[in-house]
Amino acid sequence: MVITESKNFDEILSQLTKGSNIIILGCSECATACETGGSKQVKDLAEKLTENGMNIINQKVLNISCNLLKTKRDLKDLENIDNCDTIISLSCGNGVQTLLNLTDIKVIPGTNTLFVGEEVGSNYFIENCRACGECRIGRTAGICPITRCSKGLLNGACGGSKNGRCEVNQRIKCAWIEIYERLKNLGELDRLYEIQPIRSYSNISKRRVLNKGKQDNA
Amino acid sequence: MPDSKLKKTLDNHNFAITAEIAPPKGTDFKRQIKVAKRLMDRIDAFNVTDFQSASVKASSLGLCIELIRNKIQPVLQITGRDRNRIAVQGELLTASHFGIENILCLTGDHPSHGDNPEAKPVFELESVSLLNTARSLENGVDLGNNQLDKPYPEFYLGAVTSPVYTPLEVQLIQMVKKIKAGAQFFQTQAVFDIDTVRSFIDRTSQMNTNILIGVVPLKSAGMARFMNREIPGIKVPENLIKILENSNNPVEDGIKIASDFIIQLKDENLCQGVHIMAIGAEENIEKILNEAKLN
Ligand code: SF4
Ligand code: SF4
Repeated sequence: MVITESKNFDEILSQLTKGSNIIILGCSECATACETGGSKQVKDLAEKLTENGMNIINQKVLNISCNLLKTKRDLKDLENIDNCDTIISLSCGNGVQTLLNLTDIKVIPGTNTLFVGEEVGSNYFIENCRACGECRIGRTAGICPITRCSKGLLNGACGGSKNGRCEVNQRIKCAWIEIYERLKNLGELDRLYEIQPIRSYSNISKRRVLNKGKQDNA
Repeated sequence: MPDSKLKKTLDNHNFAITAEIAPPKGTDFKRQIKVAKRLMDRIDAFNVTDFQSASVKASSLGLCIELIRNKIQPVLQITGRDRNRIAVQGELLTASHFGIENILCLTGDHPSHGDNPEAKPVFELESVSLLNTARSLENGVDLGNNQLDKPYPEFYLGAVTSPVYTPLEVQLIQMVKKIKAGAQFFQTQAVFDIDTVRSFIDRTSQMNTNILIGVVPLKSAGMARFMNREIPGIKVPENLIKILENSNNPVEDGIKIASDFIIQLKDENLCQGVHIMAIGAEENIEKILNEAKLN
């Protein structure tokens, strides 16, 4: 899922004009799981903004904020939307921009989008995939070197690991030592001797669009 | 192959000596040139660091060109940290134009440890890919499969390795890959313990490559402790730290330790040469050479 953190309240406040008519929209999916855009966070923000002299004219948790068709329907039925001059979106950066595609009203983000991640404990998220577009972890015992090696190396370890830790970040294990150990256990150490071709950046350096259907909303 | 002195020395099975030299954090290369000129007849090549420790300095290519102008042979260190494939290939072609043949390919330290820690790390090419890239240019094609104009560059390629590493097999596999990718010589991280060299050489003898063992003259017990704590792949044995601690002249004793180590490496015929890293005290290289009776 997409991992978010709540923005600092003062930063949100600094983007608003006193007396604005504001609608706060959360998201039922990732932002709810991250406790940044669920009903509680929407309500808390509404209260704090009211205390600071803002008019909160509606608040709602959208059902999958990053789904254009669903959100289009939700906005149509949204009470008070015609009087609104600012929407605060408590979803990830995608959800914020889904709203932008549907309305001319000013939309501002209430979260920082951090990474695509995995929930490994309560309120504990880690990044294991950078969406490189060409998954290669079949060759690296399932461990992603792009994400988990601090230098994103594709051709094996650098010389910097100490006590199995990464030279860049002592709190994490060296991804390439982990890959080595796992491949060894799997009896596939041969794979480490293969020279990996240089990765292509031609796709990921441009905005990516996947259109398997007919319409193109990008 | 053109006339790399380092290559000749290694091909002729003579004991090779390279010395590391860092470009200044500024515009004046006088000190570096002075040190290099004094030692040029005794050293096979001066190995010029590439923004060492991810810190801003004059470039490796710049100092290498200046050395060449003074008829001194350099090893150009090149990392993938700061350059994408376009810049790397351009830099290698430029190096070749100026007569720089020895190229040492390294992955590079992460910028977060340098003096501009907010820099964007590139790492598009790591050591193995850098070697492959240099090879490709030698064959007249760039990484985009475009033909180069003649004459094509010719390089003598090297790489690095770290004998004090657990599990060592990880580094040994990297060495095999680097040889496959074109490395003809290796220089190692600094080693201080002869047993470490013995077992490392034992495990790499099948590779039939040239290994220059890294030698750092210690300046004090404090420096040794700092390196043990902070620098990956460094392990200064306690007995050496004690000697420095009890010494009245730790710098001289550090030089003695380094030269004795070189003498032992040579006597036991353990390696094809040494790579001396004096870390800011390049003036001491001469003393090491004298004490070790090299040339
Ligand atoms: S290789 Fe890594 S970044 Fe790429 S898709 Fe697979 S897990 Fe994600
Ligand atoms: S120590 Fe390991 S994880 Fe860290 S940068 Fe080097 S190879 Fe990658």
